[in-house]
Amino acid sequence: MTTTTSAALQPSISLLPSKKTPIVLSVIALITLISFGFLGSSQAANFSLSTNTDAFKIPDLVFPGMATNIVFGVLLLAVAGYSWWLRSKGRTLPTYAVVLCAVLFVLGFLIWVVSGANINSISLASLLAGAVVLAVPLVFGSLSGVLCERAGVVNIAIEGQLLGGAFTAAIVASITKNAFAGLIAAGIAGALVSLVLALFAIKYLVNQIIVGVVLNVLVSGITGFLFTTVMQEDPELFNSPAHLPVIAIPGLSAIPVLGPILFKQSVIGYLMYLAVFLVWFGLFKTRWGLRVRAVGEHPKAADTLGIKVNATRFWNVTLGGIIAGIGGSFFTLVAIDSFTKEISGGRGFIALAAVIFGRWNPIGAFAAALLFGFADNLQVILTIIGTPVPSQFMAMMPYLVTIFAVAGLVGRSRGPAAAGEPYVKE
Amino acid sequence: MSEQTIGQPPAGDKPVAPPEGKNSNNELFRKITQGPGLVSVLGVFVALVIGGLLVAVTDKKVIETAGYVFARPSDFFTQLWRAGTESYVALFNGSIYNSAQGFSPFLETLTVSTPLICAGLGVALAFRAGMFNIGAQGQIIIGATMAGYVGFAWHLPLVLHLLLVVLFGLLGGALWGGLVGLLKARTGAHEVILTIMFNYVALYLLDFLMNTTAFRRPGETNPISPILDANATFPVLTGSRLHLGFVMAILLTVLVAWMLKRSTLGFEFRAVGHNPEAARTAGVNVARTTILAMAFAGALAGAAGVAQVAGTEKVLTVGVAGSLGFDAITVALLGRSTPWGTFFAGLLFGAFRAGAVNMQISTGTPIDIVLVVQSLIVLFIAAPPLVKSIFGMNPKKRVRKTETIKAGAK
Repeated sequence: MTTTTSAALQPSISLLPSKKTPIVLSVIALITLISFGFLGSSQAANFSLSTNTDAFKIPDLVFPGMATNIVFGVLLLAVAGYSWWLRSKGRTLPTYAVVLCAVLFVLGFLIWVVSGANINSISLASLLAGAVVLAVPLVFGSLSGVLCERAGVVNIAIEGQLLGGAFTAAIVASITKNAFAGLIAAGIAGALVSLVLALFAIKYLVNQIIVGVVLNVLVSGITGFLFTTVMQEDPELFNSPAHLPVIAIPGLSAIPVLGPILFKQSVIGYLMYLAVFLVWFGLFKTRWGLRVRAVGEHPKAADTLGIKVNATRFWNVTLGGIIAGIGGSFFTLVAIDSFTKEISGGRGFIALAAVIFGRWNPIGAFAAALLFGFADNLQVILTIIGTPVPSQFMAMMPYLVTIFAVAGLVGRSRGPAAAGEPYVKE
Repeated sequence: MSEQTIGQPPAGDKPVAPPEGKNSNNELFRKITQGPGLVSVLGVFVALVIGGLLVAVTDKKVIETAGYVFARPSDFFTQLWRAGTESYVALFNGSIYNSAQGFSPFLETLTVSTPLICAGLGVALAFRAGMFNIGAQGQIIIGATMAGYVGFAWHLPLVLHLLLVVLFGLLGGALWGGLVGLLKARTGAHEVILTIMFNYVALYLLDFLMNTTAFRRPGETNPISPILDANATFPVLTGSRLHLGFVMAILLTVLVAWMLKRSTLGFEFRAVGHNPEAARTAGVNVARTTILAMAFAGALAGAAGVAQVAGTEKVLTVGVAGSLGFDAITVALLGRSTPWGTFFAGLLFGAFRAGAVNMQISTGTPIDIVLVVQSLIVLFIAAPPLVKSIFGMNPKKRVRKTETIKAGAK
């Protein structure tokens, strides 16, 4: 009697692992096999890896569209079947296998799209290099998000920090005719936005999400106002910033594919790699990082051990602001000639998505930002070669991926426990 | 209990124990002077002053006179005052009253307020259920898309057509909001992230649809839909752009007020908003409440989309939602998430929006100043201690001052 009652009350509890991974794998396997494979174009997709300036040439990769995707589809189906079998045994697929499946799926998608396009050839080298360029502000923004959230402050204001950095960099680099002065000023501007966030969130205990949302509007208003009243009055003086040169390291930058990505960047691009490493090292390998994470997970315990919770949060938010501000300067000092209204165009929110998709880890956020940059650049290239997929759906991709990520369909992502909660010492 | 104060510090605004020897008269006086009402008014005042200063310091004549401020300070201050105030006068003339048009600008204010009020109610309702609905933007877009499509693609008799337009608009918003509620309830995903992402998905979806033959006006290369049927649009008050959608906004405000105060569902919303664990213990189905709260919030934002597409614009474009969804957040915050507070906050921000057009034309002040003032207002209202300390009303400090005086007297 008792057993039946408890079974009736708790029908959904089972000891088997979640069905999510096998289901997702099965779905992508079927899409690859049917849509990309059987319904795909039989033409070959051509991916060129080398450019004319490379030190040595790698032959182009050529995939017959339909056949490759049928092979990929069968492979993916096999992995999906294996994961169902593993689940029935109470085990799960190792992470690297899931990642491998994702890579196969993306590759299959690329082959399908390119073989069905008007021009059946794209340059993989420039696709990847362009992806990194588009990812630079995202990476800086997401590092800011990681630093703030790891210390327990939700930073929705990344967008505002990027925009503030872009504006200040433009105006300072124009007046001083010095791009480095603009870079420093951008960091200061980002820090100022952060200071307001810190003031309201930590001192006045205003809900952090509210402050973040409102700060974005405030920065957008101020920069828009000053753009019209100051910059447009005399664009020559106020809105023609000096630019940071792209520095190619001789020799190394001629390596095919990797060369342009790693060794042909602007100062901000090199700073990006440095910042990712430093934030990762700082957060996970130093005493400072341990304290920061303690503050973000369990501020009371941290306080008991003598860590100054609110001071730690304050400095982390400020540091995050400096980093995001520098990322914002990329828009006006490297990517685009001059400042325009809303130049950051919602990338702060994609950076926020990268924070979550990267599971609050600097390396993960970096990878997620690269992925989003890749999707962004792919959309541009696909529009040029004329594909069957509407560009709007490509543009939607980062957001859909994030929705899947936070909904736990692609693994669970859980943020720092105390993020968003103000700490009041008792 | 009934007045949930979003954005107010939970502990920082603790009533400080009155110093000894306080009589009840003083207590009452302090309540009046330092209650949320006065602080709100002062917050708005400070925000307006800062906005005015921003306008003034970028004004050409002010900068010019600042060059010889020590020689003739009166010039400088006259110009400072003129630059700081003339924008607000233009704003007032464009939104409430001017001698040439009488009160007809006020009708424009009501028109602009209509979607702000509806979407603001959507944000406020979700706030009361303990959720941040940053997704009003996406809900407006989907609501407007569905309403617009019914409006120009179907051809139905009077009244029925408009009713269906409204219904589908509400449904579209409810769908988009409810989806977020469903994902939150089922997977525990945070609604802030979800709604931000759904905003973009909605925007690109509309962008895609506007480039299909089903939505684009025949013979048009720009992404613009056919004009909605006359039967499908709100009747307009002659001589203005004000439409029946404003009455819908009033009715929705009454409905939300009734719902939160009197209905079981509203009670459940508030219970979950205050403490989901306690609500669960008391027998409330938290998952169901979450989904319903987001669906209702979405429907209200969808109503804003209807007001835009079937009232003000009469046509569907990619920019149909403008920045309404984000303005709605500030409206709900300023209204402290109460239905009537949101209504009047919507009127105030509607007046800003309507007046800003006139301001830009007559004084050249960019519309962006409205964003600055709007966000400063919300910041100041969210942090009463800051406003109090600006005006020297901070109780802690005053206590300390009296103590030092006492100490000095000894």
